[in-house]
Order: sequence, then C-alpha cells, then structure tokens
Amino acid sequence: MVKRIVILGGGTGGTLMANRLRKTYGQSEVEIAVVDRDDRHVYQPGLLFVPFGLADVDEIIRPRRRQLANGIAFHETEIDHVSLADDLVHLADGTVLPYDVLIVASGARLAPEETEGLTGPGWNERVFTFYTPEGAAALAEAFTWFEGGRLVVNIVDMPIKCPVAPIEFAFLADWHLRERGIRDRTEIVLATPLDGCFTKPIASRHLTHLLEEKRIGLEVDFATGEVEGDRGRLISYDGREIAFDLLVTVPVHSGAEYVGRSPGLGDDLGFVPTSPHTLQSLARPNVFALGDATNLPTSKAGSVTHFEGELLAQNIHRFLAGEPLAESYDGHANCFIETGFGKALLIDFNYETEPLPGRFPTALGPMPLLRESRLNHLGKLMFQWMYWHMLLPGRDLPGISPEMRMQGKKPVETHA
Amino acid sequence: MTTTELTDVDRDADGFLRDPQQWNAEIAVQIAHEAGIEELTPRHWQVVSYMRDTYLATGEAPSIRTLGKASGVPIKELYALFPKGPAKLAARIGGIPKPHGCI
Repeated sequence: MVKRIVILGGGTGGTLMANRLRKTYGQSEVEIAVVDRDDRHVYQPGLLFVPFGLADVDEIIRPRRRQLANGIAFHETEIDHVSLADDLVHLADGTVLPYDVLIVASGARLAPEETEGLTGPGWNERVFTFYTPEGAAALAEAFTWFEGGRLVVNIVDMPIKCPVAPIEFAFLADWHLRERGIRDRTEIVLATPLDGCFTKPIASRHLTHLLEEKRIGLEVDFATGEVEGDRGRLISYDGREIAFDLLVTVPVHSGAEYVGRSPGLGDDLGFVPTSPHTLQSLARPNVFALGDATNLPTSKAGSVTHFEGELLAQNIHRFLAGEPLAESYDGHANCFIETGFGKALLIDFNYETEPLPGRFPTALGPMPLLRESRLNHLGKLMFQWMYWHMLLPGRDLPGISPEMRMQGKKPVETHA
Repeated sequence: MTTTELTDVDRDADGFLRDPQQWNAEIAVQIAHEAGIEELTPRHWQVVSYMRDTYLATGEAPSIRTLGKASGVPIKELYALFPKGPAKLAARIGGIPKPHGCI
C-alpha cells in the first residue's frame, strides 16, 4: 500500500527532506506532499548582506515549487491545524491531508508584537529588523540617509535564528560606516539578554575580543521590556535604558501559529518537543521534526537543518520499514561568521563540543576555525550556490559529514 | 519538628539544590533571604510553585517568556518580584536545578 508523507513547511528542511525522500522511494511506494503558505523560498543567510547593499532581495528569493523534484505535491495555503489523534492535517483551503508520517519543518516566526512598543511609533522608520526581506530592504534604505549617531543592535530574547547574525550585523555595520567615512560619528552597541555576546564560552571570548577591536559596545544581561521608538529608548524589565538613533532589533521568535492550534504538538512557544538524537517528536511516533521548528538545544541555523535532514531521511526509512530508529544526530552545527573587510570566521560544534580553534574539515584545512580569514568569507559566498544546487536537491556535500568530527580541532582549557 | 537549615541541603556552586526532593518551604524562605527577598508573598509563591511543578512534570524549567505567558504573573512583575533574573532566581528558590541557558 502507498505510504503518505506530509511535510509542513517548504523551506530549507522541508525542501531537502522532500527531495531526499523522493529519491529513496518510487511514486508507487510513497506519496509526498509539501505545504507552505507562500511560494517564496528565502535564502535566509543572504538577508544579512541586504542592509549594506551587498545583496539584493530579488537575488535571494526563488519560488518554493521550483526547488521541489518532480512527483512532489505542493499545497500553497496556510495550515489550520494538525489532528494528531487521527493522523490528519487540516489546511486553511479546506483540504484534509491524511498521513502515515508527518514531518514538521515549518521553522520559526518573528513575533515583534510580543514586545511592548516595538511595532509602535518608529517601526520601519528608525526601528528595523533585517530578519525579513522587507525589513532588510527598509534598513538598506535607512542606511542611505543615516549620517551617524547611536546604532543599537538588540536581541530581545532567545532563542533566535542564527545567534551569530546580530554580531555579524554589528561587524558589517562597522565596516560599512567606515567605508562611508562616518564611523567616527557613530557609536555601535550590541545589547543582549545573554551574559556574553554568544552562548558558547570559547567562541564568546574570541568574538568579544573582535568587538573590542572594532570598538563595538556590548551591553549584557539586557532583558528588553519595552521600546519607545519616538523617544529612541530601549528599556529593560529592570529599568535600564539604552538610547538609540537607529535600532536594529531581533524580535522574539515563536513556532508557526498552527502549532499552537494543534493540541499536543508544541510547547508554550510553539516549538515542537523533539528527541535530540532521533528527531522523532515526543508527541507521536509517526511525527518527526527538524530545523528551527524543534525545541532542540542547538542553533536555529541552516547547517543544523541540513545535517538533521541527512540523518532524518535515514530514520524515516527505518520507521517505514519497521526498524528501530538510529540515535545518530549529535547537534552538529557549522556557521560562517562575517567580520567585515572581506573576512569571516568559521565555527563547527555540536551538543557536547563547543566551537574550538583549529582547521576544517581536517587538520590540513583549508579553512581555519575561530580565526578571521578571506577563505572563510569566500566559503560563505560560495555557499549560496551550494545551497540552491546541492543542499536543497538533497545531494551530500563532499567532505562534510552530518556528524561533527574532532579531526583538526584543538581542545582548549575552558578556564583559559 | 526540627527546622531544616540551608547547610543541611546539597547545593551547587550557584546555590541551586542538587536534589529537588530535599526542598521544602523553609528552605525556599531561606534561599529567598539569601537573595535579598525579605518576604515570599503569595505572588512569589505562585511563580515558584508553577516553576517547580512544571519542572517536576516535564524535567525542564520554564523560560522567562513561558513564565510570562503561563504562570499568571506578567514579565514586568516577575522582574519586580525576582530582581535581575526571574527564571533563575525562582528556580533557585523552588529547589530545582539551574535552567539551561538558551542556544
């Protein structure tokens, strides 16, 4: 009998899962359907470059449909809810999709309205986010008239997609304003709810050092409670204030809205509780999740989704064959961190091992870890091609394994 | 009945109980004092109980956003009740392990 796999979300995770599964199974064995609310697939790492005129919104968006292989059905509509009890997905257009296996890949959504005043006066005038194509384009426009003052980059609360992106933004802003000759008239401040600039200690030290070198201020333990766009004030829950002329905010993130309408599927924030090594949801054995949609303690990043996808495709195969699942995913993440001036850092880590210095993918390199280099920057640029042509179609990337490797990494004393 | 002293319970370097079963209301009051909270009001208890119950039921301590949505006490008030880090302090007073930092 034909098995039905329904995939919620046509972004990085949903697309690469659909394509990988389509290759594994013939159409007579498995039917695959992907659901998404729109037909715009955004290459999200590209959003970072838009505000500085280094990328155009049109260049980083392609139709979702065209990234899916033949033999995959695409439903362009909102998801109303999932009924776990009877294995059905109810779509907003009235369609009901029965499934044998459900894959939740609907990512994270921005919820700026949860922060008092954030979308009030000044929103998209002096308060921006570069986490959406529209926001990134509006910020590019704002940079054309910005003549200096106080630029504040603010993370409202964790978790967020790509926890290094706000730091990269500060680095690129430093570079951009230098090129325009107004850096000495601009103060750049990064305000974060964390107790350092990044979540992992060794990388956080390296990045803090770079922030100091670039004279970027750091406000830690700042729990944003309220934004006053008209007065240009960021106010924390414990009453601290940070003044700004231009605010670049990373709003709080939640899971997709339908998760909240699907009893038993998500947690309070709409993320799907997921088993960290098998990627099976805790809700039901035939429901799996990957990417930003999960509650897993790893970065919400494309590399994570990609490594998860490679292993999850194998686990779904095991599940449909009635075999035990493999505990194969180790939390592997791999991120380039743009530092401006045509350079970047690279970090590679998992649940257990924090980002360490060394070389990647092997001791011979070619790419240095936790150190600025031009090659890392070129790697980041080249990745966009690999994303559309290799990662989404579901091809393995040569030399990059889904499991993290210690080869090339140099363990460091954590108290050093 | 003998009084439980803070020195009778096993705590980590940050003052969190290693074993939630060693906790009782007296311990909670003493940890609160140590953190500069003079009196645990019903509003404090509402948060501490929610925190502790959720942890015991799910194995995870709720985040500050979850507390704000589900404990019945808005985030602004949480900061007034438990200065600096409400989720961490309420966990400490509630006798559960330090909440995992976000990624």
